[in-house]
Amino acid sequence: MRHLLSTADLAKDDAILLLDTAAQMAATQAREMKKLPTLRGRTVVNLFYEDSTRTRISFETAAKRLSADVINFSAKGSSVSKGESLKDTALTLHAMGADAVVVRHQASGAPHMLAHAGWLDAAVLNAGDGMHQHPTQALLDAFTIRRHLVGGGSDAGTEGTDLAGLRVAIVGDVLHSRVARSNVRLLHTLGARVTLVAPPTLLPVGVETWPCEVSYHLDETIERAKPDAVMMLRVQRERMSGGAGGAFFPSAQEYSRKFGLGSRRLARLPGHAIVMHPGPMNRGLEISADAADHARSVIVEQVANGIAVRMAALYLLLAGNDAGAGSVPNERTSL
Amino acid sequence: MSPSIALPGNGPGESPRGTTVLEAPDIARALTRIAHEITERNKGAADVVLLGIPTRGVPLARRLAGRLAEIEPTYDTGAVGELDVTMYRDDLRRHPTRAVGATRIPGSVDGRTVVLVDDVLFSGRTIRAALDALNDVGRPRAVQLAALVDRGHRELPIRADYVGKNLPTSRSERISVHLTETDGEDSVTISEYVAGAGSADGGDVAGRPPAGGEEGAR
Repeated sequence: MRHLLSTADLAKDDAILLLDTAAQMAATQAREMKKLPTLRGRTVVNLFYEDSTRTRISFETAAKRLSADVINFSAKGSSVSKGESLKDTALTLHAMGADAVVVRHQASGAPHMLAHAGWLDAAVLNAGDGMHQHPTQALLDAFTIRRHLVGGGSDAGTEGTDLAGLRVAIVGDVLHSRVARSNVRLLHTLGARVTLVAPPTLLPVGVETWPCEVSYHLDETIERAKPDAVMMLRVQRERMSGGAGGAFFPSAQEYSRKFGLGSRRLARLPGHAIVMHPGPMNRGLEISADAADHARSVIVEQVANGIAVRMAALYLLLAGNDAGAGSVPNERTSL
Repeated sequence: MSPSIALPGNGPGESPRGTTVLEAPDIARALTRIAHEITERNKGAADVVLLGIPTRGVPLARRLAGRLAEIEPTYDTGAVGELDVTMYRDDLRRHPTRAVGATRIPGSVDGRTVVLVDDVLFSGRTIRAALDALNDVGRPRAVQLAALVDRGHRELPIRADYVGKNLPTSRSERISVHLTETDGEDSVTISEYVAGAGSADGGDVAGRPPAGGEEGAR
């Protein structure tokens, strides 16, 4: 395992290993002593070209719980705002001896470029690139789904299991969502059946080639697919030009009425179904306050699981010596 | 490579995978003796928590718990758990990434006597990692160590309190512990290290000379 760039590159075994490792990490986070010595002496750089609080804090917490040194590098107020290129930044990080670079970038493919251009030899973790991928978010979603719908609320007994047969509805602004793209790939790899629900204007061109079903009607999907998990996506207004919903939907009220999750739709979901949201939420737009705070909402738990999943990713990428891989069977060299 | 099935005429002595030094009854007797020593040393077993070190320390700890319950009927057989040391090892960076195992602590270890249980005591590095791991879990009153086989070659000032069998070995030899729970039979064998040999024997991951096999390689 060298980099974590996209859930499309993840084989099923790798994904399950990540989830199993995350379960062990989550167990250590229930202890009074949460810090592990595992990555002592390793340096993790958080390289954030886009604003993000929760993902950066989550990665920072994960790295610190594993005793790695963390350097935060945000584009604002740094050399980047003076016009430094990605390449020069990468060469600088290489010279500083970074062992892993957690990168968020507004351009799709920037993490791939960092990983493969030969500028630095650190492990690259994609923390969200443009409208492309956000693999750790999809992994934490899959981890949360597995815990609730396979393990019945605990990780005990989930080791080695996938999500076969589970139905997941991903609802909302799929067009701008790297979370949706990552989840469709990963959940499909793990055997779940995904339905995307969105107005046609918020679905990307080529969505019919994705390994999932597509629906324009939330009520119909709830009736027919009976989803075990409903994942509400944030309406990314900052990526829409003009007006409340730009050219994508007529008004916030109409969007909310047709694609929002409120107590009425919540009541019609199967009794065991869970409600998810990657955050930050637009309360009253894609999800009502009742639904967000409902007992079946696992939104706050997703945040805690994010730390465990990111610890697992950092552990699997950084703890071993991959130069030695290949000499021992059952070990992988890449993810 | 799974542990080979004991073929007729293949009993004690030479076998394709080496010399058998302990057979099932020997292992059973050693564990019974260790259980008696634990109760003797601790004046009973009331405060004893057995923690097995994965992989093969875990079934050994469970067997010891069963024997403690036979000796001391009041012993709580639930006071047995497992302590994964992967994330505390000092050689993580020297090998490909290892999968992290489960740690299950029965209740709290604070103020109790923890007996760490492992199959083979070799360099002592696994036990050092286990002591660090235990430190993060709680503060036991005392920590003791039980090993089914002590093969010598310590690299750290660590000594077992309870030993099933002392086996003087050379560094070029491998000790393989097989247990019914994990390998389908009980035996301890000794063989010459062969480069590229399989990894399913006592040492979880072999394939490295000569510190490979057994504890140093888990």
